[in-house]
Amino acid sequence: MLRNWWKVITVLLLLYVVTGGLLMDVPRLNILNETVRALYFHVPMWFGMIIMLAISVVYAVKYLRGSNAHFDTVSVEFANVGIVFGVLGILTGMLWAQFTWDDWWSGDPKQNASAIGLLIYLAYFVLRGSLEDPMQKARIGAVYNIFAFAALIPLLFILPRMTDSLHPGNGGNPGFNAYDLDNRLRITFYPAVMGWTLLGVWMATVRIRIRKIDTILEL
Amino acid sequence: MRKTFLTLSFFFFSFLLFGQDKVAITEQDYKNDQVEMADQFRADGKIYVLTGIILIILAGTITYLVSIDRKVGRLEKQLGNKGT
Repeated sequence: MLRNWWKVITVLLLLYVVTGGLLMDVPRLNILNETVRALYFHVPMWFGMIIMLAISVVYAVKYLRGSNAHFDTVSVEFANVGIVFGVLGILTGMLWAQFTWDDWWSGDPKQNASAIGLLIYLAYFVLRGSLEDPMQKARIGAVYNIFAFAALIPLLFILPRMTDSLHPGNGGNPGFNAYDLDNRLRITFYPAVMGWTLLGVWMATVRIRIRKIDTILEL
Repeated sequence: MRKTFLTLSFFFFSFLLFGQDKVAITEQDYKNDQVEMADQFRADGKIYVLTGIILIILAGTITYLVSIDRKVGRLEKQLGNKGT
């Protein structure tokens, strides 16, 4: 139980986020109305995805430095859960957009860029799946992982800011930064990012352990 | 058999007899604001109900994840003697 203290924290954070996120006061803003609460659910998906893909690329580099199969497993599984979060981010974003931007998909630069980013990562799994030799799979996968992450950062954080975007904080669009994401939003937003990210880490660790059992059984 | 049938029919018949003394429920009982009900729970656009629903789903998902986690833990223990 002591070893799993962070899982207890994950559960407590998420219970707080759902309860507080739905019931506590939020600013009454035009168009957004109550959907401003998606800040606690949609945005943490992307934060979580970036954090997990960052962990993935760190382990890809670690693998390339030492060819330790364990690092490769960690890298793959964090990429896996990261992409799950990304897909959830896209879907929740589309639903949110339909009721605030009036279209499921308006070709917003950040929408397009995140879709491209996800496709780049899907290609990572296709690439790995197409290679037979486990060593080759791990090595080429790790190299591709680095390129994928290097492409994702400008796609999500630089390019949308250079043009007009409906997303907050992009292209002179009044973002939550314009509203200054006041402290009353923050006391739920930061726990939300932590809680959802920890949930993803939890899922990834379970998958890593399953993969380890798998390899032991294959021996 | 006949005894049981009679007992049962008398039993159910007794309900009809008592039924005459009952007070009928009218529309006004539904609109009666004098009686306390869980009105607050239904107020504010039923957001508390929605919160409950989402909490149930979250609890279910986490419980499932915990059970998978434990199952993996058991498998790890079984494989333990093989060396990890």
